[in-house]
Amino acid sequence: MSLFDLRLSDVHDRLARKEITVSDLTETSLKRIAETDGEIGAFLTLDEEGARQSAKELDGQLAAGGERGLLFGLPAGIKDNMATEGLRTTCASRFLDNHIPIYDATAVRKLRSAQAVTIGKLNMDEFAMGGSNENSAYHPVRNPWDLTRVPGGSSGGSAAAVAAGQVYFALGSDTGGSIRQPAAYCGVVGLKPTYGLVSRFGLVAFASSLDQIGPITKNVEDAAYVLQAIAGHDPMDSTSADVDIPDYTSALTGDVRGLRIGVPREYLGQGVDPRVKERVMEALRQFESLGARWEEVSLPHTEYAVAAYYLLASSEASSNLARFDGVRYGVRAENPDNLLDLYRRSRSEGFGPEVKRRIMLGTYALSSGYYDAYYLKAQKVRTLIKRDFDQVLEKFDLIVGPTAPTPAFKLGEQVDDPLQMYMNDILTIPVSLAGVPAISVPCGFADGLPVGLQIIGKPFDETTVLRAAYAYESATDHHTRRPALS
Amino acid sequence: MSISVKDVEHVADLARLDLSEEEKDRYAGQLNAILKYAEKLNELDTDGVEPTSHVLPLANVMREDEVRPSWPVEKVLANAPDEEDGQFKVPAVLE
Repeated sequence: MSLFDLRLSDVHDRLARKEITVSDLTETSLKRIAETDGEIGAFLTLDEEGARQSAKELDGQLAAGGERGLLFGLPAGIKDNMATEGLRTTCASRFLDNHIPIYDATAVRKLRSAQAVTIGKLNMDEFAMGGSNENSAYHPVRNPWDLTRVPGGSSGGSAAAVAAGQVYFALGSDTGGSIRQPAAYCGVVGLKPTYGLVSRFGLVAFASSLDQIGPITKNVEDAAYVLQAIAGHDPMDSTSADVDIPDYTSALTGDVRGLRIGVPREYLGQGVDPRVKERVMEALRQFESLGARWEEVSLPHTEYAVAAYYLLASSEASSNLARFDGVRYGVRAENPDNLLDLYRRSRSEGFGPEVKRRIMLGTYALSSGYYDAYYLKAQKVRTLIKRDFDQVLEKFDLIVGPTAPTPAFKLGEQVDDPLQMYMNDILTIPVSLAGVPAISVPCGFADGLPVGLQIIGKPFDETTVLRAAYAYESATDHHTRRPALS
Repeated sequence: MSISVKDVEHVADLARLDLSEEEKDRYAGQLNAILKYAEKLNELDTDGVEPTSHVLPLANVMREDEVRPSWPVEKVLANAPDEEDGQFKVPAVLE
């Protein structure tokens, strides 16, 4: 049993009783990474020296009897699209191979104030574009449950690192499912908060109207603690919501009596693996036995979400990624003929195929003559999708379904078919377009591969999402299973 | 609507990308497949539907116009591929 299998409160009790030190926790992490990351490939940059230094400082504070932060001493991995001061941040792109941020993202700064220990930066699909982590410019990540399979993406490194016990928790980012889908594939918990709850300052922008940072953890309790640490208004992000932050841990009651759950028929229909459907039905019966009630509902525009999403997200990406011009940061092409050549060659050499594909799609959708047909049309469909959620969430507290239509697929299986790859996000994308919060929790296995249950809530009602997820988790033991890694 | 290699070249030019002949062919095929799929959206009548650019009810977010410290020049230039005299350096724009 690893120290990382202990509950957060138990870790803190042991620290308080001086049975363990923060350095022990850090060394547990570094040792596990040394043992397993050759196979998994979750890390892009390790900060052993920085982590040991922070651990030493925290141990000093502990000895002096100082107050402990919410995440005191816990080894954390950060997805490599969040700026970390003095620590290389690449977005898994050759373009940023040498990039060392001069400031911390707000979410990272908040982790530091909560006294977590940053272990390093985690692999991802380049610029968070992808659902398998195969778009990393460095190396793929392997699913700890089956090394021939993908961990999901784009936060594949974050989910795999938590599943493999390399870190206590990780931060991921979610634009169309990039926290929830890898969490489902790797058998861990992933929470995408309501759009605007967590500051995006210092998160390298992919699609600004959708991007959101959130925790990837082993259990729901940890997710509540990490969310508590990172949520809140930030004047540095003008889209950050100015809302009161509740005590999320108070949601961890285990009581879901009287909760009303809507189950969209579109989430259990065509294209959903029967084994996934079965696990979800079992989870619904579990909720019933805990005193919640569920009934079938409809989100009629579900089938249009993927098309709308790829137009909108790619359009936003094409605009956001225009900043990578080889002038102020990043890798510049050698011996450019002139300024235009510098831009063109730096971008062409620096970006990988999926990033170029989305820039092309977005540029096309925004270009003169096509804007109304594609971009504006997709924005209008987004309104219809959002209305679907508004209507169901008027009558129900939560919406529940699978996180992904299938368990993790094989590496290489879908790389040549971008459209097929996009379909893996068919159940997470509508939620992103509506901007509402959702969590993926382990709900069992399909032939040894984890299956994720998606619990979706009302805007800024993470409390009810966490309450239901915690009650379900407490009544089951799926989240306690660990992959059999060497 | 179908995207030709010529269209791909035009879009690549707008996006400041140089594509190889092989990439042009591949992207033409893939963009056609994706846009054909996107035509699905035309099944929906969206007349009179307001577009959603953003889910939060945000208008302009203002702050006081106060002088605040900015980054020191050496930090701002720390990641620059090329710099000179405290400025980003690029090839000559005017001969």
